[in-house]
Amino acid sequence: MKPAPFAFLRPAALEEALAALAREPGAKVLAGGQSLVPLLSMRLAAPSMLVDINALPDLGHVSVDAAGVRIGALARHAHVLASAEAAEVQPLLAMALSHVAHPTIRNRGTTVGSLVHADAAAEMPMVLRLLEGSVDVASVRGRRTVPAAELFAGPLESTLAHDEIAVEAFFPALPAGAGVAFAEIARRHGDYALVGVAAMVETEGGEVVRARLGYVSVSDVPVVVDVTDALDDPAGKALADLEPAEDIHATAAYRAHLVKVLTPRVLADAIHHARQKTAQRKKS
Amino acid sequence: MSEQLHDVRLHVNGSVHEVQVPARRLLSDALRHDCGLTGTHVGCEHGVCGACTVLVDGAPVRSCLMFAVSAVDAEITTVEGLTESDGTAQGRLSPVQQGFMDCHGLQCGFCTPGFLTTITAGLRENPDPTEDEARDMIAGNLCRCTGYQNIVKSVLRAAEIERERGGDQ
Repeated sequence: MKPAPFAFLRPAALEEALAALAREPGAKVLAGGQSLVPLLSMRLAAPSMLVDINALPDLGHVSVDAAGVRIGALARHAHVLASAEAAEVQPLLAMALSHVAHPTIRNRGTTVGSLVHADAAAEMPMVLRLLEGSVDVASVRGRRTVPAAELFAGPLESTLAHDEIAVEAFFPALPAGAGVAFAEIARRHGDYALVGVAAMVETEGGEVVRARLGYVSVSDVPVVVDVTDALDDPAGKALADLEPAEDIHATAAYRAHLVKVLTPRVLADAIHHARQKTAQRKKS
Repeated sequence: MSEQLHDVRLHVNGSVHEVQVPARRLLSDALRHDCGLTGTHVGCEHGVCGACTVLVDGAPVRSCLMFAVSAVDAEITTVEGLTESDGTAQGRLSPVQQGFMDCHGLQCGFCTPGFLTTITAGLRENPDPTEDEARDMIAGNLCRCTGYQNIVKSVLRAAEIERERGGDQ
């Protein structure tokens, strides 16, 4: 239960970090480390070098404007969760973040790190996909923006090149007429979800014109299902697209059962949220 | 092959510890083996059990999920740093420690350092928790002896002691 040896660098400038990653093909970025360090300790990963980005300046921000929420690579989950402005502009952030591990882990773990760790059992990668957000990545070749739909390649695998650092994530604001909801079942609050579901619906004149659902822990990549045409049986539509798998935590049949139970509940909550938000806007 | 060592200056419980460690030295191991502070216990070593929880700049963090080389800029508080000074050599138990003693909040004591640090920070944020909030506060820590009931009582008792002591200072 001790990591294999690695070289260590703690640069004070982003350029220095990017140059090191470009030089060292076996290097890995260390941000919060709450997912990476267990992998190292269990020797499921053995990078030749860790580039610790915790001393880099200007990456700890959570900036909010009308377009959405921008989260820097060093913003801890706890910091994002504590931002009332972020929760106002995009309520799904706080709804989902309160389910991300335990507070002690959220004090150190970073939201951007969780995104590029690309765990299908984690809440935030799915939330980014559902909200159609993006991640800005930097390398010695420059910066580019990766839309969430192109970010996830496979289990624990993002499409980032080995020498790229995700520097910022963008979660779009909740549009007018839209609503969101989140629910998950875990053995203990804060543990990995057996199944987690988020919904985003868009309404016009009170009618649902678009409805999408995101799932945690039912596929090997963060997955989103469009149920706009299946509002009377959203779980049926979702299960036609999903293939829940069995592991030590739950059987495939139990996961499918949870999808059936949670899907209509979360969808109804999101529709209710959309109507509530619309009523609030009319009042103000 | 000898592994490269890094000079690391750790700030723990108000003291400075200059240690030489390989990059892969977990903060939990550095505290125990290099600083000699064996109050921090190591349980699962992958962030699940909470026994190794220490305060990093006041916030509870798993010391098994941090490397010592990453802790250079931080002020670390371990269970040894919770005791309050009252002029005597031993000092006086902190409200959380006293609460555990009053309510039989520990049996074997292995998980206790992680609970004490977590609750110390938790009460700073919420000095007057309900029973449900006390449960939530300790949800990330495992205890195999007590069944948690007495730990929940200890959290509430600690809040009470904190208020009592606040009065006489």
